[in-house]
Amino acid sequence: MTLSEGKTGASYIVEDVTVDQRISRRLEALGLNDGTQIQLLNQKRNKGAFIIMVRGTRLALGRKIADGITVREAS
Amino acid sequence: MAETISVGFVGNPNCGKTTLFNAFTGANLKVANWPGVTVERVEGETWYKGQHLKLIDLPGIYSLTSYSIEEKVTRKCINDNEIDVIVNVVDASSLERNLYLTLQLLELRKPVILALNMMDIVEERGMEIDLHRLPEMLGGIPVVPVSARKRTGLDVLLHAVVHHYTEEPQGQVMTYSRGLEAKIQKLSEMIREKEPNEEHVRWKAIKLLECDEEITKEFSLDLSAIVDKNYEKQIINEKYNYIEAVVDDCLMRKQEKVVFTDKVDSLLTHPILGVPCFLVIMAAVFFFTFTVGDFLKGYFEAGLEIISGGVYDFLTGMSVASWLVSLIVDGIIAGVGGILTFLPNIFILFLALALLEDSGYMARVAYVMNEIMGKVGLSGKAFLPMILGFGCTVPAVMATRALESDRDRRKTILITPFMSCSARLPIYVLFADIFFGRYAMVATYSLYILGVAVAILVALVVEKLWPSKEENTLLIELPEYKTPNARTIAIYVWDKVKDYLTKAGTTIFVASIILWFLLNYNFSGMVSDVSQSFGSMIGVLLVPVLAPAGLGMWQIAVALISGLSAKEVVVSSFSVLFGISNINSPEGMTALNGILGAQGFTAVNAMALMVFCLLYTPCVAAVATIRRETHSWKWTLGMMIFQLVLAWCCAVLVYQAGSLLF
Repeated sequence: MTLSEGKTGASYIVEDVTVDQRISRRLEALGLNDGTQIQLLNQKRNKGAFIIMVRGTRLALGRKIADGITVREAS
Repeated sequence: MAETISVGFVGNPNCGKTTLFNAFTGANLKVANWPGVTVERVEGETWYKGQHLKLIDLPGIYSLTSYSIEEKVTRKCINDNEIDVIVNVVDASSLERNLYLTLQLLELRKPVILALNMMDIVEERGMEIDLHRLPEMLGGIPVVPVSARKRTGLDVLLHAVVHHYTEEPQGQVMTYSRGLEAKIQKLSEMIREKEPNEEHVRWKAIKLLECDEEITKEFSLDLSAIVDKNYEKQIINEKYNYIEAVVDDCLMRKQEKVVFTDKVDSLLTHPILGVPCFLVIMAAVFFFTFTVGDFLKGYFEAGLEIISGGVYDFLTGMSVASWLVSLIVDGIIAGVGGILTFLPNIFILFLALALLEDSGYMARVAYVMNEIMGKVGLSGKAFLPMILGFGCTVPAVMATRALESDRDRRKTILITPFMSCSARLPIYVLFADIFFGRYAMVATYSLYILGVAVAILVALVVEKLWPSKEENTLLIELPEYKTPNARTIAIYVWDKVKDYLTKAGTTIFVASIILWFLLNYNFSGMVSDVSQSFGSMIGVLLVPVLAPAGLGMWQIAVALISGLSAKEVVVSSFSVLFGISNINSPEGMTALNGILGAQGFTAVNAMALMVFCLLYTPCVAAVATIRRETHSWKWTLGMMIFQLVLAWCCAVLVYQAGSLLF
């Protein structure tokens, strides 16, 4: 599933990041990589933007980026 | 004792690096640009027990790749040996993310001292950091806990700098997996062969494995055998694995209390309440900038009048030539005074902006307003400048600094002047009252709405014609909320105010002189009747141009020209040009109505006039500010022409359509 399909409050493990190179580099530097655990803190009602917690950092992401991050639920 | 020790402050954005830096340097900063780029370089100095230290604040970066200007500048500074030692400022409450940069710095094998900042927050959250184990896992570098906010640990940090600035990290801080290490080994050999004197062999070998553009170009070697693919992702992953081990060992979460930031965010980024909260905060900023600002402005203006009157009396008493008196009083003092009267608004605006930024709320604005502004191709942060534009274009344009890209900034600056500023209101009030009677309010409101509509339309058109390649995808860190630091704010506000006074100020000054000259002189010298001046000659020339808009009177042209110095001047110009004193009184208005009516000027003309005033080039102060913020005369001039053409077209449209319909 993609991050944009996630539920607020749930934790996920990143499986793949398919986004524009410029964005993926920034995400990598922030530690968002394959295998990283993230938590979905907040999302807009129209799913236009999301807030996640990754390695202690809060990030606001637009829909397009969230669509490009594939995740699975963390046990 | 060394003559001077150069210290570079390196760290993530939002790690409190600049607050820490300022704690040492105070306001004695030298702000410049790194050669050839628009990135700011901030330098300061301090002393520790007689030892002089030169401090350089490097831009906030997450990584030492060569992808962004900030990173390149920092890398170059370090590799060029411009600094003796690096103070790596780390946000202790965000240890995992911050250590990524630390590991990269350690790989450079330059002396590094870790300033563990925000220790007070760590304590508040019920966490503990093992300060003995941490240095062990980071190559034995000095680790100094500090709190820039509470000003603790500062002397200890300087002590560490002075005593350890020559020591490199011990050993190899982290070892990669076997396969990678083998490749690093081979690449290191190749580098040493090519460049026996290379200082940073291991670091460069690792960069080659990451296919780093700069380093690969530096060593034009055939690496295809070893660097068979881009190992960057793997290297990053292994670094983070090591960091996880460090954090496991060193960070003890005793009892993580529910974080303050999450509590506040649950309201401010609430899916439904987020936008209303934002609007309330914006209203507060607007309120402070203009009510308190205007209150202070009143004092400034009163003071200006006293000075102006006093100087006039003094000079005439000294029998100084009248042209010189006029130049000094009407030109210079009026010009400079005009600059200074904006100061209270500017000061308060930047104060408010600094508070919003430093507290961490600004980032939330981008999130909350993302989609709404996205519909017109703008960033969420563009909302603030647009709202401020209803008060005054000058601070509104300056507020666009909060936007991240040049493109966003320019686009917002382009549409901000269409938010009808408060200086244009007297024009609407006068003409709406005369020509629209009972419907004066409606007429005025319609102008405000027209302004917003034009702004949105222009934004959409610009987006269609020059679609942004980045598709405006939001990616922004939301820092922890914190109490704004008084010192940081003071330094920031002073810096911006100084900026305004020197740069925008000089342009306004020069332009005021030019306008004064145009309205007071003609070929035979100084004139007392403005209808003889250069200005009115230009006005007469413009009559045919303005005629299709129903504005074909030279007095109107001159009034519009004078509106370039300040929009408030348009009304006073009308009174001067038509010889009506107290134009806002019922008698004055009747007189104006009579004079204009005799020339066939009706409500339709009035509407066309107001539409023109709404859309045409803003005042000199705004133009100067825009030129300052866009760093481009070409763009600013283009904008001015665009606004003139747009104003003319709309005025013509209104007049022609109005004449047909009514």
